[in-house]
Amino acid sequence: MSEPISALNHASYDGGIARVEECGLQGMITLRGDLSDKVLAKAVKDATGQKVPNQRKALVNGDTGVCWMSTDELLVLVPYAEVEAKLAAMTNALSGVHALAVNVSDARAVFRISGASAREVLGKLAPVELSAEAFQPGQIRRSRLAQVAGAFWMDDADSFRVVCFRSAADYVFNLLKVAAQPGSEVGVY
Amino acid sequence: MLILNCPCCGVDAEESELAAGGEAHLKRYGPGSSEDDFHDYLFMRENPKGVHFERWRHANGCGKWFHAARCTQTLEVFGTYSAQVYEPPQEIKDAITAKRPGWTWRDFS
Amino acid sequence: MSTRLAKQGRLIDRSKQVTFSFNGTTMQGYEGDTLASALLANDQMMMGRSFKYHRPRGVVASGAEEPNALVGLGQGNRFEPNQRATTTELFDGLTSVSQNHWPNLEFDVGAINTHLSRFLPAGFYYKMFIHPKPFWKHVYEPFIRKSAGLGKAPDKDSRDADTYEHFYAFTDVLVIGGGIAGLQAAKTAAQSGAKVLLIEQTAHWGGRAPVDDGTVNGEPVDKFVEQLVSELETMNNVTMRRRCMGAGVYDHGYVLGYERLNDHKPGTQGPRHRLWRIRAKQVVTATGAIERPLSFAGNDVPGVMLASAMRDYVVNWGVTPGEKVIVATNNDDAYRTAITLKHAGVDVLRIVDARSAAGALAEEARQLGIRIDPGKAIAKVKGGKRVKKVALCNQDGIGGAREEVECDAVAMSGGWSPVVHMWSHCGGKLIWDEGHAHFRPDPSRPPLGANGEGFVVAAGSSNGPLALGDVLTDAHAAGKAAAKAAGFKPKNTKAPAGETTTEAPMEAVWLMPSSADIHLRMKSWLDFQNDVKVSDVQLAAREGYESVEHTKRYTTLGMATDQGKLSNINGLAILADALESEIPKVGTTTFRPPYTPISMGAIGGEARGQVFQPIRQTPMHNWHDKNGADWEPVGHWRRTYAYVRPGESVHDAVNREVKNTRENLGLLDASTLGKLIVKGPDAGKFLDMMYTNMMSTLKVGKCRYGLMCSENGFLIDDGVVARIDEDTWLCHTTTGGAERIHGHMEEWLQTEWWDWKVYVANVTEQYAQVAVVGPNARKVLEKLGGMDLSKEALPFMEWRDGKIGDFDARAYRISFSGELSYEIAVPASQGQAFWDALMEAGKEFGVMPYGTECLHILRAEKGFIMIGDETDGTVIPQDLGLHWALSKKKEDYLGKRAHSRTHMADPERWKLVGLETVDGSVLPDGAYAVGEGVNANGQRNMIGRVTSTYYSANLGKGIAMGLIKHGPDRMGEIVDFPGTDGKTYKAKIVDPIFYDKDGEKQNV
Repeated sequence: MSEPISALNHASYDGGIARVEECGLQGMITLRGDLSDKVLAKAVKDATGQKVPNQRKALVNGDTGVCWMSTDELLVLVPYAEVEAKLAAMTNALSGVHALAVNVSDARAVFRISGASAREVLGKLAPVELSAEAFQPGQIRRSRLAQVAGAFWMDDADSFRVVCFRSAADYVFNLLKVAAQPGSEVGVY
Repeated sequence: MLILNCPCCGVDAEESELAAGGEAHLKRYGPGSSEDDFHDYLFMRENPKGVHFERWRHANGCGKWFHAARCTQTLEVFGTYSAQVYEPPQEIKDAITAKRPGWTWRDFS
Repeated sequence: MSTRLAKQGRLIDRSKQVTFSFNGTTMQGYEGDTLASALLANDQMMMGRSFKYHRPRGVVASGAEEPNALVGLGQGNRFEPNQRATTTELFDGLTSVSQNHWPNLEFDVGAINTHLSRFLPAGFYYKMFIHPKPFWKHVYEPFIRKSAGLGKAPDKDSRDADTYEHFYAFTDVLVIGGGIAGLQAAKTAAQSGAKVLLIEQTAHWGGRAPVDDGTVNGEPVDKFVEQLVSELETMNNVTMRRRCMGAGVYDHGYVLGYERLNDHKPGTQGPRHRLWRIRAKQVVTATGAIERPLSFAGNDVPGVMLASAMRDYVVNWGVTPGEKVIVATNNDDAYRTAITLKHAGVDVLRIVDARSAAGALAEEARQLGIRIDPGKAIAKVKGGKRVKKVALCNQDGIGGAREEVECDAVAMSGGWSPVVHMWSHCGGKLIWDEGHAHFRPDPSRPPLGANGEGFVVAAGSSNGPLALGDVLTDAHAAGKAAAKAAGFKPKNTKAPAGETTTEAPMEAVWLMPSSADIHLRMKSWLDFQNDVKVSDVQLAAREGYESVEHTKRYTTLGMATDQGKLSNINGLAILADALESEIPKVGTTTFRPPYTPISMGAIGGEARGQVFQPIRQTPMHNWHDKNGADWEPVGHWRRTYAYVRPGESVHDAVNREVKNTRENLGLLDASTLGKLIVKGPDAGKFLDMMYTNMMSTLKVGKCRYGLMCSENGFLIDDGVVARIDEDTWLCHTTTGGAERIHGHMEEWLQTEWWDWKVYVANVTEQYAQVAVVGPNARKVLEKLGGMDLSKEALPFMEWRDGKIGDFDARAYRISFSGELSYEIAVPASQGQAFWDALMEAGKEFGVMPYGTECLHILRAEKGFIMIGDETDGTVIPQDLGLHWALSKKKEDYLGKRAHSRTHMADPERWKLVGLETVDGSVLPDGAYAVGEGVNANGQRNMIGRVTSTYYSANLGKGIAMGLIKHGPDRMGEIVDFPGTDGKTYKAKIVDPIFYDKDGEKQNV
């Protein structure tokens, strides 16, 4: 098998008010089903060590975790190299229930925005309140980034991970660069 | 620009995250239905000045459809609720009655 | 002359000199100057010419309301017309040019219009251009074109050198306006714990209050402002922005703030403007009040200025607009200007007061030795480019018995109007205040928010009160009210005590003198920028214009870039008088955002250049780009139209690709095709509703071409569906259809059949998909090795998972070209590697990549339809001869009921056929076919149209498809297609399958 390559192959941007980098490949499984189902909960636990998150919660540790996407959808994060094995195990575990687990690792691009002004960079693109009181690690928000759909959560107080469609990776990277341009601190967050 | 609370993900979403889906609580007519019923189902819509029921989708968000009850004149929002119902829940009707006593809309009041 | 005073100037730093230019002349100013104050300091009173008559115009105001002093700022990529000199902060190297004149400001040919003004009355455009008709082309249009547009558009080759951005802000209370009212309201609101955002359009806090006399809590106003600002700065829940204008208030607490970050220091790092997209629970508008001009003859001569503006120039910037000044007023506030001027050493010749008596301020003025003429008026200001003298008369009467006084500046005050724009934008209503002769917000009818309650509170002079003490009390209360409405508990605090000289009542004066004759009224300006005079509004009234909105459009009153900030109230008072009605009955025109013009850059924000719009890229995008791709936008995707080699035209490239794919081997990047996974116990039943044909009976491992219709029967999408396992299907959609069809499926699942057990996931971008097409398709795949792709192992319209070379792949044996064809899906992260492997292995088989135009030609040769070409939202499957794809076994599917409606079953509908020109040429795209006879409009009857048309290099001629009335019954007939080029194309109706009618090539 040839070496898999992420959309922007770890492109990064420094020198602005925040650092922007494409994170490379991240294993991702879209899991749709009844989120209160015990079999589903066990499958999630086996894959990630996490319980099923509550509404708009993200339980993520590095490249492993699980995010609440909607009332019947989770985004399961696993190391890229393990995604096929984890998906197979999950599919197997879920064989008796009505659920859909599908590998979407290659359908996405993931960015990290880090630095003291990270909240402001995202606050220029998403119509979302990003003050420290309103948005913290442990939460996920699906919204739009200017003109495309995106989801993001915080890894720590100063950094976000942003997920978008792979085809929009170039657009989103350029957006983030404009939003992080030098001298563009808003001074609010 | 409106803000509607998405009852599915709990977000107070501004209009740019939402997609409007027209009138709510339409009854589908399929094969075997009369010409009039089918015509009305396809084309006839309420256009009230006042209380109205609509479908919205949290398109740039959780992706779910929901219903909204609002006033087309003042843009007041009486409430949002599940898309998986055939008529507005009682608490939504009560909220409207509190603000617009005597309201009616199609068969609802 | 206007000149810099030795003292005064609270906003300028005399130790920092700044050099700038106006119309090429180098001038000096100080840091803290506005362009207007600096021009005045250089005795440049005349700053531009008016729009219609090109009359000389000087600065009349000192802030955002300025109608006259508009200039072109900057050069080249930073040139911008129509910038107000009064709100332009001076910086070193600023270049400015005046507008609306030729050849220059001092001597302007267009000024002839002023002598023609009797021929350019109200409604001129409406009246004149009706007849005679021939005048339009040779007289009217050239005239209008020449006079159209205020200022000069930037050079066509220039490109905005700056960047812009948006910012989404959220707050409990937004306070618009950083004068004393705004500062006080912000403090009171913030004391409750509410999060407060305070924005101020100028570079300074405190607004106009520090210019006037008065004390707060016994301290000078300046000191009070300073304390308030530093207090607010220490509060963590308060955000303060200067140079940030409240531009508009919209539904549900949405407010636009327009922040000018670098206008006063161009070229600095960072964005030039930032558009704040604010959501506030409550909005306090503390936007102050604007002084009204007086309507007297010659009130537009440079040197006539608002009394408050003249005071601002003296106090804020140490500039006096004249040396011998006459003050005309109907209220006490203008006396402050006289007193200020006098203290600054300027000669104040008279205070002409239309009233019979004034208050304590008059006494103060009198003691300073200023002569006061009660009951008097200005009959006329004389002078062309500068005030020379003033003729005075009695306010009562027609303006006779005049006395002339030489002077070089006139300060006028007609009273004050609250700035109610922000209150009114979203529906707040106004009431007429007889005592102040102004409209102010009606607190019982505020703009309503999402909860049906008011969300805007007016504060300070924008709410009506004008005296310092009243302003502070009102602002304090507004801050509390806003905090409370936002869900906070206001602290029990007292408003600061403001003291100022008590004013005697003003008297409304709408015309000076009260019964001015027509000669005076024809020179009494209401709207300075658009040249609307008292006589114009009166004429409109006589001609039957009763609605203020109609009068506005007929006369252009208030339609200039200042949107009537100075002229509206005076204009509607004149209209009310002419209609013998009352001002509140006539009402105001609508206040619309933005408050003052905001830049297009700010509106666009980040969306320019590379990120103007999203461009979706496939995993092989960069390869295509490096290999001659001529790009075609398909939705937001970019697809390769053709791979153009050096020396080739695009047309050559397409022909080469078309031939090679049929003869050897072509590769198409098909990654953009939508791929939706549909899974669940009810998935088959669901897909049977979605598609017109039966999908539930499809066997695992097989593929079926499916059609989708909307509920009203029209085709919306098509594609190949593969059954993956017992309860899983994969549905291909058109490029650009993935999100739409995904949404369509979710809509039906969530809102109609929510009890059906089906899940859908969009996996479009998980895969790179390559169509391997042509007689050598199997050979190249077999060379890569791996799964068995023989005719027996993978028959036509089936799919298999396996390995191709090193790649995990899913191979679909499907064909949109009529050739032997496989579509291979591999993980997107390996898409480029797979493409490279195919290109390498394909060398010996004559591999060439091909683009969308080749795809189109190949499918058209086979008579395959394309959604968006053969369909346009009004076409049903029956029109396209696709009856075979309409299941007769199914009781229901989306569109089935609609297909039985009368119009859908009408045999007169246009039907799909092939078309071949008689001479082999290519039919024009979209051309209509015409038949016998004419319609009711005398146009030839249309009987069809071309839907797809190409040159087929394989067949050596033009081929086309079209929808023709009774088409399938008219095989062999010749039909006329008039082109837009004047030629008529003749084409024969033929079978739409031009190539390999029996489908032998794809089935090998």
